[in-house]
Amino acid sequence: MASSTLEAGGSRRQRGTMYEMRRNMWAYIFIAPFFLLFAIFGLFPYLYAFYLSFVQWDGIGGPASQQWVGLANYQSLFSDDVFWKSIYNSIWLFVVTSLNLVIALLLAFILNSGLVRFKEFYRAAFFAPIVASSVAIAIIFSTLFGERYGALNYVIGLVGVAPVDWLGSALWIKPAIALVVIWRYFGWNTIIYLAGLQSINTDLYEAARVDGAGWRQIFFRITMPLMRPVITFTVILSIIGALQLFEEPLLLAGGTASTSPGGTDRAGLTVLVYMYSQAFQYLEFGYAAAMSVALFVIIVVFSFLYYRFLGREEA
Amino acid sequence: MASVTTPEGVVPRVETHHTGAITMRDRINSAIMYILLTLLALLSIYPFWWMIVASTRRSATILTAPPPMLPGSALGLNYEQLLAQLPYWRNTINSVGVAGIHTILVLFFCSLGGYAFAKFRFPGRDRLFGLMLATMMIPGVLGIIPSFMLMRWLGWLEGADNYLPLIIPGVANAFGIFWMRQYIASAIPDDLMDAARIDGAHEFGIYWKIVLPVVTPALAALAIFTFMGKWNDFFWPLIVLKDEIDYTLPVALASLPNLYSNEIGVQLLGATIAIAPVMIVFLLSARRFMAGLTAGAVKGS
Repeated sequence: MASSTLEAGGSRRQRGTMYEMRRNMWAYIFIAPFFLLFAIFGLFPYLYAFYLSFVQWDGIGGPASQQWVGLANYQSLFSDDVFWKSIYNSIWLFVVTSLNLVIALLLAFILNSGLVRFKEFYRAAFFAPIVASSVAIAIIFSTLFGERYGALNYVIGLVGVAPVDWLGSALWIKPAIALVVIWRYFGWNTIIYLAGLQSINTDLYEAARVDGAGWRQIFFRITMPLMRPVITFTVILSIIGALQLFEEPLLLAGGTASTSPGGTDRAGLTVLVYMYSQAFQYLEFGYAAAMSVALFVIIVVFSFLYYRFLGREEA
Repeated sequence: MASVTTPEGVVPRVETHHTGAITMRDRINSAIMYILLTLLALLSIYPFWWMIVASTRRSATILTAPPPMLPGSALGLNYEQLLAQLPYWRNTINSVGVAGIHTILVLFFCSLGGYAFAKFRFPGRDRLFGLMLATMMIPGVLGIIPSFMLMRWLGWLEGADNYLPLIIPGVANAFGIFWMRQYIASAIPDDLMDAARIDGAHEFGIYWKIVLPVVTPALAALAIFTFMGKWNDFFWPLIVLKDEIDYTLPVALASLPNLYSNEIGVQLLGATIAIAPVMIVFLLSARRFMAGLTAGAVKGS
C-alpha cells in the first residue's frame, strides 16, 4: 500500500519533471555551450593531467608514444631539489605578496571613511596597474630595478643605502618579484574591499560613534566581521594567483629564452616557470604534468585550510 | 561619495558633524591620510610615466643618475628599431583580432546563458549554476599541458588555425554567465517576456530582440574586461604561437632581446604600444567600469 502510493507519487513527479524539462528546452540549449566547452577544454584536460603524470611523453608524438611509467615521475619529482626550491619560492612569494591585502584593506577603509576628496582619482590611480599587460610591466620594472641607474636604487641611495643588485642576486630577486606583484594587485583588492565596505549599512557606524566607539573599535568590531566573506574571497583568489605566478618571475629572472630560468641560484624560479621549462624546453611533458598535479594539490590544501580555520563565520 | 564633489573644503565632514569642532588631531590625521594616499597614487602612476619618458630616449640618456623625468627626442629612432626587430603592427593586429573576436563571442554566449539562468525555472537550475561557479575555483595550471596536447590533436596549432586555441576556449565562461545573470535577473521584468510569448515570439527571438537591447550596460562592462584579459594574456599564447608573425603583443614584447643587448627605449616603446590602448579605454570609462566591477565582485563572494 505504502509503496504503491510512493510509486504513484514518484511517477507523477517524474512526469512533471519531464514536462518541465521539455517546456524549458530552450533554457537548456542556452546554457549548453558552457557545459560543452567546459567538458572539452576544461574537464577533459583537468582529468587527463592526472593520467599524463603517470607517463613519459615528449609532447610531439601521438598518444601511442606515451609510455606508462607508473609513479616514476612523482618519485623523481620528490627527489628533485630544483622542484622543492620552486615550491619554496612560490610559497615565499605567496606569503610576502599577501601584504597587498593588508594595504588594500587599509586603503579601502580610508577611502570609505567619507573624509577623502578626489576619491575617484585615487581609485583610478590604484587600479591602473591591473589594466596593463603584465609582460609590459615586467619590462618596465626590469629597468626600474637596474643596479647602477635604476630609479629604485637612486631613491634608496638618497637615504644612504648602497645600491642593490635586485635582479642579479639570489637574495634580492624574490623581494623584487614580490614588489612588482604587490604593486600590481593592491589597487584591485582595494576596489573589491571598497565595494564590500560600501555594502555595509552606515547606520551601524553612526550608532557606534554615538556610543563613543573610536575608529579602532569600529574597524575591528564592526568592519572586520562583516567583511569576512569578501576577505575570504580575496585570500582564496590570492592563493590561486600567487602560487601560479609566471610572467613576473619568468621575465624578471631570465626571460623566455633563458637556459637558467629563475636567475642566479634559481632563487626566482616558481613552480609554473619550472613546469614551463620542463615541458616546452626539455619536452618532459609527463614530468611537467606531475608537477602541475602537485601544485594543484598544494593550492587546494592551502585554500581549504584557510577556509576551514579563518574563512568561516564561526572561526 | 557626495563629499567628493561638494565645495566644503578638506574638512572631514562626518567627524565635524559629531564633535562639532575640528581638533588639531583631526587635521594631523587628515594630513597623514592624504600623504599616504598621494604617495601610493604616485607610486602607481610613476612606472607608466617612466615608460613614456624612456620610450622617447636612447639608453645613453636613460642611464643617468638621477633618472630622467621628461621625454626626450628619440621616439622616431626607437620606433624604427622596434619595427626592425619585430613585425610589431602585425602583432598589434593579431591582438586586436584575437581579443575582438573572442570578446564578441563571449558577449553572445554569456548573455544567452545568463538569460537562461536568470529567467527560466528549469529542473536542476540551481545545481547547474552552483556547478558552473565551482569550476571557477579550479587552478588553471592543471589544464595547461593536456590542453596543449588537445590543441595539437585538433590540428589547431597549424597555420591560420593557431588563433583558434586563443579564441574558442572560454567563449562561454562561468564568470561572464554569472555576471550577465546578475544583471538580467534585476533588469528585466518577467511580464515583458510573458507578453512576448503570448504574442507567439520564439524563445531565441525574445533573447535577441527584448533581452539583449536592455542589457547593454552589463555587456559593455563585460566587453571591457574580456577584451583587457585577452589582450594581456601571455602564458597560453606563448605556448600556442610559434612564428613571430603570428605573435600577439605580449608574446612579441617578451621575445624582444633583453636589457643587456638592446636599447632600453626600444623595449619600453614596445611596452607603451601594448599598454596604451587598454589604458586609454580604462581611463575613459574608469568611473563606470569600477562601479560595475565592484558590484560583481561583492555578489561574487
